[in-house]
Amino acid sequence: MGISMEQIPRLRPGFRFQWEPAQNAHVLLYPEGMVRLNGSAGAVLKEVDGQRNVADIVALLEQQFPDAGSLLEDVSDFLKDAEQQHWIVFT
Amino acid sequence: MNGHHAMPAGDRPGIGPPLWLLAELTYRCPLQCPYCSNPLDFAQTQQELTTEEWVRVLRQGREMGAAQLGFSGGEPLVRQDLAELIAEARQLGYYTNLITSGLGLTEAKVNAFRDAGLDHIQVSFQASDPELNNAVAGSRKAFDHKLAMARAVKEAGYPMVLNFVIHRHNIHQMEDIISLCERLGADYVELATCQYYGWAFENREGLMPSKAQLEKAEAEVNAYRERLTASGSAMKLIFVTPDYYEERLKACMNGWGSLFLTVAPDGTALPCHSARLLPIEFPNVRESSLHSIWYDSPGFNHYRGDSWMPEPCRSCDEKDKDFGGCRCQAYLLTGNADNADPVCSKSPHHDRILAARKAADHATAGLEELTYRNADNSRLFFRG
Ligand code: SF4
Ligand code: SF4
Repeated sequence: MGISMEQIPRLRPGFRFQWEPAQNAHVLLYPEGMVRLNGSAGAVLKEVDGQRNVADIVALLEQQFPDAGSLLEDVSDFLKDAEQQHWIVFT
Repeated sequence: MNGHHAMPAGDRPGIGPPLWLLAELTYRCPLQCPYCSNPLDFAQTQQELTTEEWVRVLRQGREMGAAQLGFSGGEPLVRQDLAELIAEARQLGYYTNLITSGLGLTEAKVNAFRDAGLDHIQVSFQASDPELNNAVAGSRKAFDHKLAMARAVKEAGYPMVLNFVIHRHNIHQMEDIISLCERLGADYVELATCQYYGWAFENREGLMPSKAQLEKAEAEVNAYRERLTASGSAMKLIFVTPDYYEERLKACMNGWGSLFLTVAPDGTALPCHSARLLPIEFPNVRESSLHSIWYDSPGFNHYRGDSWMPEPCRSCDEKDKDFGGCRCQAYLLTGNADNADPVCSKSPHHDRILAARKAADHATAGLEELTYRNADNSRLFFRG
């Protein structure tokens, strides 16, 4: 199933996203677990706030990374993966 | 994008920061589980750390990079300052986990902890029905209260993690346990077959499931997991098999002094919560900073790297992967913690594991024959 532009991702309850200076990375924290995110995963999740839909997030990221070209596919792929991992849910 | 990275570097070459801090606030506990991982002589433990001392530990840990924090015990709820410690921890930026038997928990506390910033409460059960649960826990009213508290935790909006310690007396209950968790709305279910340290080592013959029991349970869990996936459920089942039945060793604690730092009720700092049983001197947070404990203490450096390894590990090409297995298991089973973990088939002591497996096939001991974890039994252990 694909992701539509209007869907709004938010972190699953109990998940926290934060910057960890000691790891020099964004991390996702959840019950007894932690994922250290790479730069692009961190950049996407940073914009996931339960308000913005996928289109907003893609637009924001394309603004931040003007040289990257279209980010639509990368962002949807990542969000799909994050949903499968049960990190995020769509409303 | 797969989202993952290699582990970060710490303040010393080759030593990463302690990303996980386990605060064992107390050894006091109203229950008496015969598999408790607390030391056998817990009743001898002096003087718990004060609130101020814990706050100092939390700050130092966070400065070093710890991000996951567990409050456990014993039963952490017996500490009157728990809400205060939670608030401090949350404000420092920890993801805070409370690991509790649920005894002593009330709805008011569930809510107060949430307001203080607690991220997650894990309630542990002993079985899926009241009779067995209460017999294992050594308490008559435990089960109903746990159910009520699990519901309160859910109600308050926490992610729900339920933990069941599995052994030969409840391993036939997998289906019931999982369906109970489903009804309660759990997000994660840990089905952890007990490992044999502490009280569980004393009670191993009475706790260890047979291979046939284990295989049946694992098959049931897998079948249930498939049903959950098919129905789109996000409930996650985590089945932990006992080391004694592993063919390949696990990298215990991800390596000695590599990620985990436990602080015991009296301030003793340990690389894992059962390491206290080893004949090694471990530092105390009352005497040194967490930083010097982690990077510089002989206790924490004891089993870092691989130069300490005797044969067969020394010349084995698995040594960077499993670090020779669990030091506590090596010590308990061979009398020397340097030895290869006897779970490994190359270990000259592997016959001890085979003997334990064989004993599990013929074990008959009932629950009433187990040694329950309580202060009277503990005093017997330290008097010798
Ligand atoms: S394992 Fe049982 S006895 Fe031990 S601390 Fe936990 S609840 Fe208490
Ligand atoms: S010999 Fe030692 S290093 Fe090799 S597999 Fe066995 S425990 Fe691991």
